[in-house]
Amino acid sequence: MVTRRAVEWFDDRLQAASFARRALRKAFPDHWAFMLGEIALYCYVILVLTGTFLVFFYVGSGREVVHDGPYAPLRGTRMSAAYDSVLRISFEVRAGLVMRQIHHWAAVVFVAAIAVHMLRVFFTGAFRRPREINWFVGLSLLLLAMFAGFTGYSLPDDLLSGTGLRIAYSVLLSIPVVGTWAAFLLFGGEFPTPDLMSRLYVIHVLLLQGLIVGALTVHLAVVWHQKHTMFRGPGHDEDTVRGSPLWPRYAMKSVGLAFCVFGVLALLGGLAQINPVWLYGPFDPTIVTSPAQPDWYMGWLEGALRLAPPWAFRVFGAAVPEPFLPAVMLPGLVFTVLALWPFIERRITGDDRPHHLLDRPRDAPLRTAVGVAGVSVMAVLTLAGSNDVLANLLGMQIGTFNRAARFLLVALPMATGVVAYAACRELGRRDLHPIAGGRRVVVRRTADGGFRLDPASAALPDQPDHGQGGQGEPQRDQRHPEQEARRDEG
Amino acid sequence: MRPDRLAAGALIASTLAGLGLAVVYVAGGEPQLEGILLFVSLSGLGGALIVWGTHLLPGEREIAEPRHLPSPPEERRAATAALEAGAEEVARRRFLVRLLLAAAGALGLAALFPIRSLGPSPGRSLLVTAWRAGVRLVDAEGRPIRAEEVEEGNVRTVFPEGAVGSADAQALLIRVAPGLLRLPPGRRAWAPGGLVVYSKVCTHAGCPVGLYLQQTQQLQCPCHQSTFDVLEGARPVFGPAARPLPQLPIGVDAEGYLVARGDFPEPVGPGFWGMP
Repeated sequence: MVTRRAVEWFDDRLQAASFARRALRKAFPDHWAFMLGEIALYCYVILVLTGTFLVFFYVGSGREVVHDGPYAPLRGTRMSAAYDSVLRISFEVRAGLVMRQIHHWAAVVFVAAIAVHMLRVFFTGAFRRPREINWFVGLSLLLLAMFAGFTGYSLPDDLLSGTGLRIAYSVLLSIPVVGTWAAFLLFGGEFPTPDLMSRLYVIHVLLLQGLIVGALTVHLAVVWHQKHTMFRGPGHDEDTVRGSPLWPRYAMKSVGLAFCVFGVLALLGGLAQINPVWLYGPFDPTIVTSPAQPDWYMGWLEGALRLAPPWAFRVFGAAVPEPFLPAVMLPGLVFTVLALWPFIERRITGDDRPHHLLDRPRDAPLRTAVGVAGVSVMAVLTLAGSNDVLANLLGMQIGTFNRAARFLLVALPMATGVVAYAACRELGRRDLHPIAGGRRVVVRRTADGGFRLDPASAALPDQPDHGQGGQGEPQRDQRHPEQEARRDEG
Repeated sequence: MRPDRLAAGALIASTLAGLGLAVVYVAGGEPQLEGILLFVSLSGLGGALIVWGTHLLPGEREIAEPRHLPSPPEERRAATAALEAGAEEVARRRFLVRLLLAAAGALGLAALFPIRSLGPSPGRSLLVTAWRAGVRLVDAEGRPIRAEEVEEGNVRTVFPEGAVGSADAQALLIRVAPGLLRLPPGRRAWAPGGLVVYSKVCTHAGCPVGLYLQQTQQLQCPCHQSTFDVLEGARPVFGPAARPLPQLPIGVDAEGYLVARGDFPEPVGPGFWGMP
C-alpha cells in the first residue's frame, strides 16, 4: 500500500515507474573479479564520510603557532596551525584518531582497489570497443585518486610529507620552459610558502573531490548504460547480459560488500597505526627524516628518482635537470601508453569489433605479456623507492642494490613478458575453451530416459581450440547476422 | 551452519557491537576498541546481507537482458541529420559566427589572466639567497660561530645572520684537514683553515643533505642518496644528482667570527630551465 502510493507519487511527477521497472530487473553478472571496482567505490564512500568528520577539526593554514595542546612531547614547539590541528584530531578529539586512521587506510586501499580493478579490466580486454570511454575515465580516476592521496597525506604538514612536497616542487621546477612559473604559481612562490597548506587543503577537499565525483558519476553511468561485461561460459553470448537481478539479490550482496569494506577499513584504522605524524615532528625545511618512503602508490616515482642516473642536459643552452626524465617523462609516458592502449591494441590486432564477452589472459598472449611486463617494471620501481631500507635489510651496499635494480628494470619485464607469452600460448593450446573447443559428440536420449553416445559421432572432426590463433586471428564470437550488418552500415 | 542462523548471528553481533561502540564513546573513547567494534558492527551487517542475498532469496539467481548497443541505423541517421541541420541553420550567419568565435576566444584569453595572480614572478629569487659579503654565519639558535670552535670532523647547519631557518640559504659548515682539500682552482681562499661551507639543499630534488659520512668525507642526501665529496668541492660521486653542492666563500671577520664573502656563486637546490 505504502509502496504503491510512493510509486504513484513519483510516477506522477517523474514518470519513474517505467525506469524503475527496468532498473530493478537489471542483470548484474556475477564474478569475484567484478567486485574490485565496487571495493574502490565503497572506499571512496568511507573517504567522504571520514573526511567530512576531519574537516570540522582540521585547520588548513601554515600560520605559525606554539603547541600547548594534548601532545606533551611537542608542547612549546613552534609548528604550523595545520600540524597543531592534526595533533588535536589525534589526541584531543574523541574518536578523532580512529577517523584519521580510517581515512588514511581508506585512501591507501582506494588507490590499490582502483589499480587492481584496472589490471582486471586490462587483462580481460574489458577496455575494448565499446568501452574505451570508460577505460579513459577510469584512468583519469586513478590519476585523480593518486593526486588526492598525495595532497591528503601532505595536509598534516609534518616533516615526512613536507619533504615529499619539496620533491614535488623540484619535479615541477624541472619541466622545460614552464617549470619555474608552474612551480611558483602552484606553490605561491619559492618553496616553502606560507600559502601552501591552505592551497593544498582547497585542492584536496574541493577541486579534486569535485573532479572525482564527476568522473565517478560518468564512470558508473556508462557502466549502467553499456551493461557489464561477462566472462565466456556456457550459454553466454555477445548479445545478452546475464546475472543477478538488481533488486533484491545484487543490491543485498553489493551493500553487504560495502559494509564489509567499511568494517575492514575500520579494523585497520583502529588497530594498525598509519602515518603517526606526531613522531615525525612538524615540517622544517632544514631537517629531513631517514628512511623516508611515501604512500605505496607514489613509490614507483620515488624509485624512478632514486634509480635514475645523474642525467641533466641542456637544450638551446637551457637546463633540463635530473628529475625531468624519471619524474615527468616516465609517468607521462606510462599514462599516455595506458590511455592509448585500446587504440594501440586495435592497431596491432586489427580487431575493431565490439566485445561484451571477456578474454581470459591466455586468450590474448600479447596483451597479457605487455601487461605482465608493465607490472614488473612498476614492481621494480616501487621496490627501488625503498632502496635504502631494502639494501639495509639485505646487507647490501646501496650502490650494489641500485645496479641490481637497474638490471632488473630491464631484464625482469623481458623475462616475465616472454614467460607470460609462452604460458598463454601453451595454456591456449592445452586448455580448450568451454564454448569454442572440445570434442564434438552426439548424445542420444533413449526411449527409457537414458543417454547413449552415438558411435557415429566419433568420426566428427574436433573443433580447433580457442586460444591457438593468438591475437591476430579474429575471435570466434557468436553474433547475430543482423548486428553484423548494422555495424557495417555504421 | 545454516545460512539463516549465520545471518542472524552476524546481525546480533553487529547490534551488540553498535551498542558497545556507544558505550566506548561515552566512556571517553579508545581507538583500538572503536576499530574492533566498528569492524564487528559493519562487517556483521555486511556479512549478513551477503549471506542473505546469496542463500536466502527465493527469487531467480540469474536473469537475462538483451544488450542494445548501438542504436538502430535509422536512429543514427536521424541524429546525424538533426545535428547537421541545426549547425547549418547557425552557419548561415557567417559573419556572426566569426564574431562569436572572436568573443569566445577573447573571453577565454581573459579568463587565463587571473592565473597570474596565483604567485609572484620567479624573477631572480631562485638565483640568490640571503648570503652577502660580510654576513656572519650563525647556527640554528642564531649564535655567531668562531673559527676555532669548529673541530675537525664536525658538521653543523649554518644560516646567514638574521635568516635562521632559511630554506634556500641553509648550509653545512665542516672542518677538514686543510691538506686533504682538493677544491677546484680559484677556491683556495674560500676555506680558511680547512673550513668549508656547502649549500645544504640537494641539487637533485631539494631535500636537505642531512647525512655526513665522516670516514669517507661525504655528504649524503637521505631522500635519493645523492652523495657529494666534501674534499673535492662537493662533487657528486653517487646517486642521481648531477651538480655539486654550491660552495659558500667564507672568511673570518675582525672579531674572529666566520663571515660569508658573498652569496653562493651558483643557484642552490634543484635545477630549472632558466638556470645559468
